[in-house]
Amino acid sequence: MSDSIPKIQLSAVEKRFISARGDEQIALSNLDLEIGSGEIVCLVGPSGCGKTTIINLMAGFEKPSNGVVQIDGKQVSAPDPDHIMIFQDYGLYPWRTVLGNVLFGLQARRISPAEALDKALASLELVGLTSARDKHPHELSGGMKQRVSIARALAVEPSVLFMDEPFAALDAFTRMHLQDELLRIWQEKRPTIVFVTHELDEAITLGQRVVLMAPNPGRVQRILDVKLAYPRERTDVDFSIFRKELFEEFHLVHRQALDGTEYSI
Amino acid sequence: MEYIDTNSGDDSAEALVNSDKAQTARLTRRGGYFILPLIVPILLLVVWELLSRKGLIKPTILPPPSDIWLVFVDMIKSGELLNHLRISLWRVIKGFSAGAVLGLVTAVLIGLSPRVERALVLITGLLRPIPIIAWVPVLILWMGIDEASKITVIAIGSFWPVLLNVVHGIRNTDKKYVEVATIFEKSRWTLLTKVVLPSALPSIFTGIRIGIGIAWMSVVGAELIAASAGVGYMIMYARELSQADVMLVGVISIGITGLLIDYAIRTLETRLLKWSI
Repeated sequence: MSDSIPKIQLSAVEKRFISARGDEQIALSNLDLEIGSGEIVCLVGPSGCGKTTIINLMAGFEKPSNGVVQIDGKQVSAPDPDHIMIFQDYGLYPWRTVLGNVLFGLQARRISPAEALDKALASLELVGLTSARDKHPHELSGGMKQRVSIARALAVEPSVLFMDEPFAALDAFTRMHLQDELLRIWQEKRPTIVFVTHELDEAITLGQRVVLMAPNPGRVQRILDVKLAYPRERTDVDFSIFRKELFEEFHLVHRQALDGTEYSI
Repeated sequence: MEYIDTNSGDDSAEALVNSDKAQTARLTRRGGYFILPLIVPILLLVVWELLSRKGLIKPTILPPPSDIWLVFVDMIKSGELLNHLRISLWRVIKGFSAGAVLGLVTAVLIGLSPRVERALVLITGLLRPIPIIAWVPVLILWMGIDEASKITVIAIGSFWPVLLNVVHGIRNTDKKYVEVATIFEKSRWTLLTKVVLPSALPSIFTGIRIGIGIAWMSVVGAELIAASAGVGYMIMYARELSQADVMLVGVISIGITGLLIDYAIRTLETRLLKWSI
C-alpha cells in the first residue's frame, strides 16, 4: 500500500451487541484494517466472525461501539451514495424495470433526465444487460438480477463498492462468470472493492488481499497478500498454493472456534 | 353487515391465486374452467323453478325464476332498475372515495410513525368493531336523511379495510428496499412515494377490493333505512307493496353489481401488478 492516507481505515474498532437474552456479545474486538484506494479486498471467515458487521460499519449502516471508521479521512456516520452496498438478495425493486432500477440511483441527483438515461444505459451495457432493459426483475435469473444491482451501483460512479456475499445464492457457473465480470469491471473503473464471502476460492480469485477473520470475538486472524496477476486461473499451481495456505489457516480458525464456547457450525 | 378479517382475506386471496396457477391450465384444457362455476347456479334455478311450478313454494313469497326474469327485463326496459342502481353506485363512488383517501392517509401516518400509531390505538380499537349499520340512525340524527348521512356511512364502511390493509402493506415493506433508498440518499418523501407505497401496492389493492365491497353493502343498508331512491329503497318499497318479484330483482342486482365491481378491480389489479408474482 502507498504511504498516502488509506481509502478506508478502521482503528481499534469494537462492536458490541446486546443479545435477545440480554447479555452482551462482542462482534468485533479491537480491529485495525487499512484498505488502499482502488484495492480489492476480500473478507473471509466462518459465520459469526463479524465480517458482515465490518462491512455494515464501513457502509454506515451501523456505528462502532468504540474506535473509528474512516473513509477518505472522514469519519463514516451514515450511508453515502459514494459508497454503494451490494446485497446478496439484490435489493431490486420488483415494480420497476431493469432500466428503472438502474435509473433509481440517478434520479433526483443534480443531473438532467437525459444524462441520467445515458449513464444508466452505459452502466447496463457494462454488465451486458442492454437487451433486458425493459424486463421486470421476476423475469430475470439470479445472476442477471445481481448484474442489475451491480449496474445500479456503478451508474452513480461510486468510489467504493461494498459487496456482502453477493454471489452466495448463485450456482457455481454463474458465480464464476460473475467473478470474472466483476474483475473486468474493476480493472476498467478501479473502484475500491470490499468483498465479503465465505468461499475461500472466491476470495483468492478476486482479492489482492484476503483478510481471514476468526470468531469469538470477531477479529482479524491473518491477512494474505495474493500476489497473482489477473485474470487468475483457478487451476494454476500458484493459485493452489495460496488456496492451500488459506485452507490450512481456515481450518485452524475453525478448530479454535469449535474449541471455543458456544460456536457451532 | 359483518367485518371481513382483512388479514385472512389477504392470505386466502393469495392461496387462491397460487392454486389457480396450478389448476387453471388443466381445467381449461378439459373445458371445465368456464362451465364449472355455472353448474351450481343453474341446478339451483332449475330446482327452484320446478318447485314453484309444482306449487310447493308460494309465488307470493318466492316467485319462480322465470317470473323474476320477466320483471327484471321490464324494469330494465322502463329504466327504473338502472336508475336506482345509478343512484346507489354514485353514492358508493362518493363515499368510497372519501373513505379510501382518509384511510390511505391515516394508514401512511400510522405506518410511518409509531407515535401516531400509539396515539390512535385506543380510538381505532374502539371504533372499528362498530357495525356500519349501527351508525345509520346516529348519522341520520346528525345529518338528516339527505345524501350526506348515506355517504358518510359508506365512507366509514370503506375506511377500515383500506386503513388496515395499507398499514399491513407499509409494515411489510422489505427492509432491503429501504436500505437501498438510504444508500442513494433519497428524501423521506421519495422513500414514501417511490419505495414504500409501490411495495405496499398489492395490500392497497386488497384494501380497495374489500373496501368497495363493504361500501356497496353499506349503501344498500343505508337506503333500506332512509332513502327515496336507490336499490335499497327499491327493495324496501317493494316490500311495502308485497312485490316479492321486484324485491328479488333488487337483491339479485345487488349481487350482480358487486360481482362486476370486483371483477373490474381484479382486472385493473392484474394489469397494474404484473410485477408482483
